[in-house]
Amino acid sequence: MFRSALRASNIASRSFTKRTFTQSTIARAIAPASLRNFTDEELMLKDAVARFAQDVIKPKVAEMDEKEVMDKAVIDGLFEQGLMGIETEDEYDGANCSFTSAIITIEELAKVDPSVSVMCDVQNTLVGTVVRKYGSKDLKERILPRLATNTVGSFCLSEAGSGTDAFALQTRAEDKGDHYLLNGSKMWITNSGEADVFLVFANVDPSKGYKGITCFVVDKSMGVKVAKKESKLGIRASSTCVLNFDDIKVPKENVLGEVGKGYKYAIEILNEGRIGIAAQMLGLAQGCYDIAMPYIFERKQFNTRIADFQGMQHQYAQIAMEIEAARLLTYNAARMKEEGHNFVKEAAMAKLYASVVAEKAASKAIEWCGGVGFTRELGVEKFYRDAKIGAIYEGTSNIQLQTIAKLIANEYK
Amino acid sequence: MLASRLSSKLPQIARVSSSLTRQALARNYSAMKMAVPSISEHPTSLYAFTEEELMFKDTVARFAREVVQPRVQAMDDAEKMDTEVINAMFENGLMGLETEGEYGGAEASFTAAILAVEELAKVDPSISALCDIHNTLTNTMIRKWGTPEQKEKYLTRLATDTVGSFCISESGAGSDAFALQSRAEDKGDHYVLNGGKMWISNSGEADIFVIFANVDPSKGYKGITAFIVEKEWGVQIAKKEKKLGIRSSSTCVLNFDDVKIPKENVLGKVGDGYKYAIDSLNEGRIGISAQMIGCAQGAFDIAVAYSHERKQFGKPLSSYQAMQHQFAQVAVEIEAARLMTYNACRLKEEGKPFVAEAAMAKFKAAKVAEQATSYAVEWMGGMGFLRETGVEKFYRDSKIGSIYEGTNNMQLETIAKILLPKYK
Repeated sequence: MFRSALRASNIASRSFTKRTFTQSTIARAIAPASLRNFTDEELMLKDAVARFAQDVIKPKVAEMDEKEVMDKAVIDGLFEQGLMGIETEDEYDGANCSFTSAIITIEELAKVDPSVSVMCDVQNTLVGTVVRKYGSKDLKERILPRLATNTVGSFCLSEAGSGTDAFALQTRAEDKGDHYLLNGSKMWITNSGEADVFLVFANVDPSKGYKGITCFVVDKSMGVKVAKKESKLGIRASSTCVLNFDDIKVPKENVLGEVGKGYKYAIEILNEGRIGIAAQMLGLAQGCYDIAMPYIFERKQFNTRIADFQGMQHQYAQIAMEIEAARLLTYNAARMKEEGHNFVKEAAMAKLYASVVAEKAASKAIEWCGGVGFTRELGVEKFYRDAKIGAIYEGTSNIQLQTIAKLIANEYK
Repeated sequence: MLASRLSSKLPQIARVSSSLTRQALARNYSAMKMAVPSISEHPTSLYAFTEEELMFKDTVARFAREVVQPRVQAMDDAEKMDTEVINAMFENGLMGLETEGEYGGAEASFTAAILAVEELAKVDPSISALCDIHNTLTNTMIRKWGTPEQKEKYLTRLATDTVGSFCISESGAGSDAFALQSRAEDKGDHYVLNGGKMWISNSGEADIFVIFANVDPSKGYKGITAFIVEKEWGVQIAKKEKKLGIRSSSTCVLNFDDVKIPKENVLGKVGDGYKYAIDSLNEGRIGISAQMIGCAQGAFDIAVAYSHERKQFGKPLSSYQAMQHQFAQVAVEIEAARLMTYNACRLKEEGKPFVAEAAMAKFKAAKVAEQATSYAVEWMGGMGFLRETGVEKFYRDSKIGSIYEGTNNMQLETIAKILLPKYK
């Protein structure tokens, strides 16, 4: 089969071949495997996280959602289990695991509570990774162990006037010789209610446009003010706040990476972060499916189990298929990143698709459970509310489409 | 007359219309398996309304804006309907829409009721549900099957100051409504009611309950009888549900513990309750349809207006082509759902079969409401996800459309059952 494909590609023109095969990188591998393969370490982590989610998080999900507050015991538990520095090297007190391990963790947490999942996702794939990749040794030594063991971190890019147009940010950092003076504000900042470390993107030289954007590591004690906590539709226990910076002095040694390179770091990190959100959405879809399915095998009407009606059978088969497709897109993007391939398009596809599937699965799960699905007691409706954020943060669905289109268009030049 | 006027301009059409009989029309339209078209002097579009209907629409729209809008968020947060709003509903004649004037009603058409439900839902689907259920289920049951004494006694109260409820579902009887277990024992001069109901809308505020119970389980569903029950006779609210959406609409579990119902409170004929239930729910479906299209439109209106204001990359969101196409797509869907709703409504008024059309309208409208509100949240970005903007509430409210007054699957069952025999 492969040989005839080779023959066919030889016959076809060079440009045709180029178009067909640059859709996704084909690489030689010693032992190609299905996406159902994991290392021992990854499987152990998956089990541990699933157990933690059931034992510690599940009993508190409803209350955290009603109160719109993350339970401190849950946050402590995340640190104790080593889930807040998954990829961080062990010299910095991290778990030293693979990127896929982080993805699996985010997925398992989301099956029980997408709010806790996003806290873990932002901590690992945004905050932790930016410091690991672009931080000086000094900065890494100062910050990474804290992030891995006891300090929640926040990634502060968005502002009221700059959402999708992230680089239109207005927060200013003035060079004062031995420190920078930070003024401005941020909006939509996840984890900011609990965080003590903030990665803040500010412009040191607006005349340079986005090339003045610089990333700063700001400690809360330097004067970060949480101005407003948003009341949201979903992921209610995840704090989403407005932050104000009023003449905050940031020491020069807290510049992360190079001055003026902040925009690059932001783009690169959000590409990775997308796979994290895909994993969150994937877990969400599976989580609500797993609540609804046993219910429909118990509930009877017309002396028949709901699950036994043919109309229902086709519906749950459809959803299972879509969750599987979302899973493959997500895991594949994760492995491509680990293998060093260009994964930007695949990450965008995974995030977009998984967020659509999450909403669809949650919507169906409510319907399958009838009136009970509409009550807050059963727990399924929460996933429907939580799902909606997947199409908005870390790049709206329209932006994902734009990214994918741009990359495809390049292949046709 | 029409034919001769046409004949001068369009000879072919005149020839056709003068020779076709009703049966021939039916044969020619055999491909259309639904309602057989009929000849009318003045066929119109579905956007033609009587003066009275338009006045109703305007009045309710204004009422929704002025009285309901300022209280929507507070009612949703508290999960409670504001009594001032309910009082205002009565004062404005919105609680006896089709009820005859002699009972204090507005004596308006079914379409006027549908328009009222739609306009209310554009602002608050919870209030719309209260109005819809009170009118199209409770009021209609008594108007259709009540004795003159019952109408005198109850319709007036329902039109002027008392909220009504419609109680059929139970924990073991949802889609399989006729598996209900509530029992009404004939004790000679009264019935004794025992059992419970679940998922009962308006029950937190209601004082008049239309309750379906079985007087003779050995007859199966043919023992089901409708009763008019007053709260003070012993209807207990056992539990108020905490919901995803339409939070301020009370949805409760009811208990009946040896409740005595006087014989004169049997509604219609003993054992015919199941018929009345089916009948009411067929009409009620059009009401829910209207609620859903109002929900979709309400969210759409907020989000699209926002898109002209919000700029990114120096341009309003509404200037991006992909956004424009999305708006257009959703507008198409809302339009389709609206036309299905209005058409089912007119078919019913014309006395034509409308059951399949009503089921189709409800099925479609519920889907469109969810789709439109989901998009509306996305179009507004982070702002759409906040409770203060008001759009996410429509997304939560829309979900009930595919569940109550017949789940999506039940609508499909109904449609298929009516459609398939036409192909034999």
